[in-house]
This record gives sequence, structure tokens and C-alpha cells, in this order.
Amino acid sequence: MSAQSIDLTAGDLVEARRFGRRQITGMVFGVAGIALIALVAPNITGDTRTFAFEPPPDALDFSFDPPTMVTIIGLIYLLAGGLSFLPQQFDRWAGRGQLLAAAATIPLILVVALGLSATPATNVTNLFDESLVLATPIALGAMTGLWSERSGIINIGIEGTMLGSAGVGFMIFATLGEASSTTWLWIAILVAVLTGGALALLLAVLSIRYQINQIVAGVVINLFALGLTGFLRSEVIVPSGNSKGISTSEFGIPLLEQIPILGDTFFTGKPIHYMMYAVVFLTWLVMFRTAWGLRVRSCGEDPHAAETLGIDVIKTRYRSVVLGGFIAGLAGAWFSMESQSGFEDNMTNAAGFIALAAMIFGKWTPGGAFAGALLFGFARALGSRLQFLEVEISGFGIPSEFFQSLPFAVTLVVVAGALGRSIAPAAEGQPYRPSK
Amino acid sequence: MAGDDERIPVLDVRGVTKTFPGVIANEDVDLVLHEGEIHCLLGENGAGKSTLMNVVFGLYQPDKGSIRVRGEQVQFTGVGDAIDHGIGMVHQHFQLIPVFTVAENVILGNELTNGPFLDINEARRRIIELEDKYGLAVDPDAKVGDLSVGEQQRVEVIKALFREAEILILDEPTAVLTPGEVDEFFGVVRSLVDQGKSIIFITHKLREVLAVADRITVLRNGKVAGTADPSTATQKSLANLMVGREVVFQVAKGDAHPGDPVIKITGLRVEDVRGARTVNGLSVEVRAGEIFGVAGVEGNGQRELVEAVTGMRPKIGGTVEILGQDATKMSPRQITELGTGHIPEDRNKHGVVGAYSIADNLILNRYFKPPFARRWLRNEAAIASEAEELVAQFDVRTPGIHVAVDNLSGGNQQKVIVARELTGDVKALVVAQPTRGLDVGSIEFIHNAIIALRDKGVGVLLVSAELDEILSLSDRIGVLYRGRLVGTFDGADATREELGYLMATGAAPESEEAAS
Repeated sequence: MSAQSIDLTAGDLVEARRFGRRQITGMVFGVAGIALIALVAPNITGDTRTFAFEPPPDALDFSFDPPTMVTIIGLIYLLAGGLSFLPQQFDRWAGRGQLLAAAATIPLILVVALGLSATPATNVTNLFDESLVLATPIALGAMTGLWSERSGIINIGIEGTMLGSAGVGFMIFATLGEASSTTWLWIAILVAVLTGGALALLLAVLSIRYQINQIVAGVVINLFALGLTGFLRSEVIVPSGNSKGISTSEFGIPLLEQIPILGDTFFTGKPIHYMMYAVVFLTWLVMFRTAWGLRVRSCGEDPHAAETLGIDVIKTRYRSVVLGGFIAGLAGAWFSMESQSGFEDNMTNAAGFIALAAMIFGKWTPGGAFAGALLFGFARALGSRLQFLEVEISGFGIPSEFFQSLPFAVTLVVVAGALGRSIAPAAEGQPYRPSK
Repeated sequence: MAGDDERIPVLDVRGVTKTFPGVIANEDVDLVLHEGEIHCLLGENGAGKSTLMNVVFGLYQPDKGSIRVRGEQVQFTGVGDAIDHGIGMVHQHFQLIPVFTVAENVILGNELTNGPFLDINEARRRIIELEDKYGLAVDPDAKVGDLSVGEQQRVEVIKALFREAEILILDEPTAVLTPGEVDEFFGVVRSLVDQGKSIIFITHKLREVLAVADRITVLRNGKVAGTADPSTATQKSLANLMVGREVVFQVAKGDAHPGDPVIKITGLRVEDVRGARTVNGLSVEVRAGEIFGVAGVEGNGQRELVEAVTGMRPKIGGTVEILGQDATKMSPRQITELGTGHIPEDRNKHGVVGAYSIADNLILNRYFKPPFARRWLRNEAAIASEAEELVAQFDVRTPGIHVAVDNLSGGNQQKVIVARELTGDVKALVVAQPTRGLDVGSIEFIHNAIIALRDKGVGVLLVSAELDEILSLSDRIGVLYRGRLVGTFDGADATREELGYLMATGAAPESEEAAS
């Protein structure tokens, strides 16, 4: 009937709710809107603040007084709250309102942070550019997870796959290319990609052939990669004397890079960052528009049904998991050869797990997972920015983590209300034995 | 009919033997299918019908024997080979992906592409073409998970036809269908045969065999027990072949001696998961020592009625009294403790915990009481001896009491549930679709168990979509139509026609509602 009833199954002992999760979400926005207008707006500084989009000399900026902006965003929140209580036929509008309010949270955080800081201006273009860059390994890791999990294999080994690839790739670069030859840089990136594939193959063999619990298999990969790269760093990379060197360089796309704002954020960057966009798009295209993608998804939903149609489930799963591994290898190369040049122990720092979270946020879809990755990238970029701004209330500094956590809080609310429950591939994690 | 063997059969199975560790599933089985024929493969659950068909479909490799398709000797190493030879199979458990659309399900494995990409438009066109040709209406863009069971089955048939199957294997196609859907499905089967397809129809329902078959082969314990000609065979002769002994169809039962009401429902109103009020002002009294049968087309509130009475679903209005106590707001545990047994409609979801052993499943409703529990510890000895006793008493066919229930056949799983729910101090019993999907032997056993309980003075509320079951068991019968009882009959007087008419139209001759 309505979107609400979809996640109820026949046996659920739930009465039909007129006051459902969407209304609860609406209420949260409504209350937040009132709080913004009544509590935040009157108490924030009335001095002019500025979002700079382009640094001088092309100065392009937006000046505002914080109370007005907070009030406007508060009204958007209230609107979203109000729409949620319309009769059921306006359900779609309620969803849209909530998404709009959620999007308005990003300017809200910046306005409030800037309003509470002594600094009158901040460069917003840079912030978004950093968000995109930091989202690169997360988006790639999320695509790794998608390929694996859509075929039915849970992959919590993304972290280890990335770390292993980062380490092995850089080892090749340091030893054979002395961390300075461009040709060897690219060969090393290729080695990183292949290392990712090899580690994923290990996961695939453990979970498909030997049917080990897939969570355990993933943990094995993570521990193995941590130990292996630690060893390689201290025994090979450091002794080679090439612990630091060159990394991939930034380039702009001709003409497009000159577009104001967008040119900086989207059309200048480093190669693996660009490749990330291609990987996300190709993942969507192949998984949802080609025969092979359809087969991969069928193996993740019901391998026995796929088998009755003559599909080789085992082969499909191997290929899909290893393909995902290549993508994680590229993410590993980003850490040791694009973001910086060098390898440190545990340098991926949980990005693989965050990628997994982004994928689940995005309901196992490439677009959604990418959006999730951007959110995490934004939170990380915001964190470092806020430390510069020294945000404080009456002399007490507000930890940057507080503002960093806000996008997630809002996302949780939106995921609960407007987007609904995420459903994993049905056969995920279950060992498969072919009929004989 | 058995004599005209000059035509080359489209499918000729000779001497197929297939063993699994410890079990001979098929032994020296022959089966001949001619073009344009419906060949019924009849047998109890576990007789080896599905194994045989999986051999024909290339899912299993036979140990011995040969298969010829149109006279050509074949050896299938996988499903792909069988499909290439024009064999299609509609599995008993649908092999569909609920989150895919109809079109995606149909093309999966035989994708139509346009360059590197899926060509859903062409797929849609071809599907609609097939639908028009064989009278199978389904929206190609609908998500399969949103379709009714009957529609899902049509998708399975379309899948086979899309692969240009000439020989269709239908594995228990009617087990999951409502009576109305069964008739519709028979129409589809006939139109398939009219267009030259040949069909193997697997079933254990005798009425259906006689309605559709051109030829009948009966399997028992993995061997061919005999073949029969539908023009001369009777339900009784087929049943005897199938079970290997005389089967009594009319359940033997004495007169009811009804006592005080044990379940008293007054003005009950219940909503389903979507919020639709599917039980709307229903009143009925079930007395001790009688079986009250609720007949009706599925979806008229049967499920919600049963779930409300057993405490699984909240009531919007009305009252339920069990053994004189107001049970309207009681939890399932409290209702069980009053002395109520419940044989649920969905045995895997509400009847057993599949991963638990038989022994554990047999005490699910009393594990917390002595002798099975000593304070908070389990008494393994008592649990095991109870299980041994019930397994023997209820004839559960199993290698042992510690086997997971998942590994049992449907009939044996149901016997586990029946054993649990009928044991102990039961005074009221709520039974929903107790024999759905079961074989003749199990049905007979379960029917007798229910009647034995009635004779001991238990009041039974029986809900079933099988009119024959209602007619043969019930002392009184009520027809459920749009959430109300639209007529009650004495079990001895009611006829199929009378009930069928009422079930379809809801038009009670005179009586408004069958309150007590």
C-alpha cells in the first residue's frame, strides 16, 4: 500500500501504524527547527561572516549574518517536520522534505561553526575539494564491498586488502623504482592492484572453497595484512633507504578546470581520485545494466535459483570477489602513492571498515555507497577545518568532533525516516554447495 | 493406451538408479513421455519423484540408466545441457529472486543483450508475446516479491517457455495454490499441451491426477509401483498403488458428544499486517468434544482469526474466551498455559525451529517446566526420553531424536508439531492447514490424531483451505467470508456444492451470522 508497509512481513506482530517512523523523523526535524530559531539564532553573533568560494584575486564569496541563516535553515527543518504529518498520499513530499532538511544540515554546521569562531571567513571550495579527496579510498572500498557482497560473500577484509596493497605496492616502488621513477610509480600502482586481487582471492578460497565463516575469513585477511606489511616496512622498505619519494601529481582537465568553483573541486585532481569516479560509475553500469551484473546479483540473492538456470555460482563469486579486490588494491595505492608517498604501519586507519559502513548506508547500491563515502569524507575534512577555526562558546572551545558527528546524526535520522530500512543481499554469508 | 509405443517418445527414461549416501532414491525407474501428453508422476513425499526429475533436468547425475530425448541418447552434466535439449522445470520451491523484476528473473542465465547491455525492452516484448500465446498474465516489470504465489508460478512457467522448453516438468505445482488458482493453472497446462508441449506433472493429489493426466506412473520407495490409465483408474486404486496398502479415505469417526464451550469468540475484529480489517465482527463457539471447521477461500481472514485466537496478533475489538477465561489480551504463552494447542499454518515460521533438534522442538511449549527443566538447567534425560516416546508414538521417520528438524520431510516436520501440540493437558486445539503439502499417509495419520483428541473431549477449531478436509473432519462447519461467518452447517449434512457456493459468493440463504 504505502512505502511504510513494505518492510512489514506477514508474520510481524505489528499493528498498522498511523504514527510511523516517518512521523517520528518529522518530529525530530520539527523540534530541531524550533530549537534553531528560538535558541540558536538569538544567541549567535550578528557580525557578518563570509563563505569564500575562490581566493583573491577572483574573490567570489557569500556574506551573511548568522542569525538570519540559522533562522532560514530552522524554517526548512520546520517545513520538513510539517510535511511529515500530511495525509498518506503526500508521503513522497514528506520524504523529499526530509532529504532537503538533511542537505541543509551541511550549510548549517558551517554557519554555526563560523558564527562561533573568531575567524570571519572560511574557504568552502577547499573544504568540499578535501571532502572529495578524502572520500576516494572510502568510495573505492565501498565498491569492493559491493562486488563481494552482491555476489554473496561478506567482505570485512577490505581494510586488510587495502593495507596489504598499499604496503606491497610501495615496497616495489621503493626497492625497484627508488621511489622516484614515474614509470615505476605506475608499475607499483599496478602491483598494488594485483596484490588487492590476490588478497581477495585468498578471502574467496577460504570462504567459497573451504567454506570458512566469512567474517572469520575477513578477520584473517586483516590480521595477515597487518603483520605482513609491518614486516615488509621494517625489513625491506626502510632498509632500502627510499621511505619517502614522489607521488602521483595533480592535473586539471583542460578548459573544464577553469570553471569557477567546480573547476577546483571536480576538474583538478590526482589520477586515482579521477579513477574512483570511473570505478563507481562502471560498478553501477556493469552491475545493473549487463548480463554479468544480473548474474552476480542473482548469486547473492539465491545461488540455488541461479544454479537451476545454468549459472556457475562458484565461478561467478570468485570473479566478483577478485574484481572487488582489484578495486581495494587501487584504494591501497591511493594511501601510499597518491595521498602521500611512503608507507606507515596501519596507514589505512580503518578506512576499510568505514567503506563497509558507507556501503550499508547506501543500501548496497553504488550511488548510495558513493553518497555515504562523501559524507564520511566531508566529516573528515570538516574535522581538520574546525581545528583551525577554533570554535568556542563563551571562551570554552567546542571539540571539532562535536560538529563532525552532526552529519552522521542527521543521516541516521534520515535513513530511519525518509530512506527506510536497508536490506542486504539475501544469501550473503551463507556457504553454497552445488547440487550433485 | 499403453500399447501404442510406435511413436518415438519425446522423453524416454530407462532403468535410472540414483543413490545418495545411505539412501536409494531411485531404483531402476522407467518413464516414457509422448509428445503433447500430460504424464502424471504420482507418489508420496520421499518416493523419489523430485530426485528423478532432478536427474532428468541435469541437476543430479544418475548412477545407472539412460535418458533419451526424441530418440537421442543424452548425458547431462548440468542444467545447461538439459535446457539446451528443450527441458524446462518448474520447481516445487520457486527458484525466483524476489528483489528482481519478472523480466529480470525470466532472462537470468539466458540474457538478451544489446551490445554489452541487457535489453530489457526486448525481453519485455518476448515475455508479453509468450503471455498472450499461453494465457499467462503477469506484469513483466513487477517485482517478483510483490506477486501472489499464483503469479510467481506463472513466472516460473514463462521462464521455461522463454528457454524454448518443449518438455515441461512441473514439480508439485498445485501444492502452494488456492483452489481458484488451481483451476486457473489447469487451464494454463491445457493450453500448453494444445500448443504441442509435453508435460510431466508431479503430484500426490489424486483428484488432480484424474483431472489432468493422459498417463500415470506411480512411484513408491524409489521404484515404479505401477502405471495406470486415467480412464480406468480410481482414486482408491491409485492410492493403494502409492501407499502400498489399503487407504481409508473417509476418516472413521463416531458421533460427537459436545460439552461446554472451550473457545468462545464474540464480535472479534482483527487487522492484517497492512492494516486492513480482515476479521470483522466474527462470533463462534467451539465446544468440548467437537471439531468446528472453518471453510473459506483463502484471504478471507483465516490467518488473522487463527493468529488472534492464539494470541499472536492483537485484537481491534471483541473478546476471546478460552475455557471460561478472558483470553483477549493474553500472550501466546499464557494461552498455551491455559491448555491450548496450536498447529500453525506456516510450519517453518511458527511451528518448528528448523536448526533445533527434534527433541528440542518437541518441548518448545514446555521446556521451562519440570521434568524438562530443573530450575534453570535442562534435564537432558527427561527431554530425550520424552522425545523417544513421542517419535515412536507419532511415527516420525527419522534417524534419531537429535537430528535437526530442517532435515526432515514436510510430513515428518508436521508430525513433530502435532506430537508437541497434542501432548500434555490440552483442552482446546487451534489447527490451521494441518495437512498442506503432505502425502496421503501423513494426512491419514494426522487426521486420526485430531479425531482421537476430539473423542477425548478436546474442542478443535480447524481452519483449512481443503474443502475435503473440512468435510471429512468437522462436526460443524462455518463458512468464512470477508471476515465473518456467513453460515454454519452440521458436518454430516453439508455438501461440497453448498459450501462452495457460499465460499464464493458469501450470500447466505437466510441466516445473517452464525453466532453460537
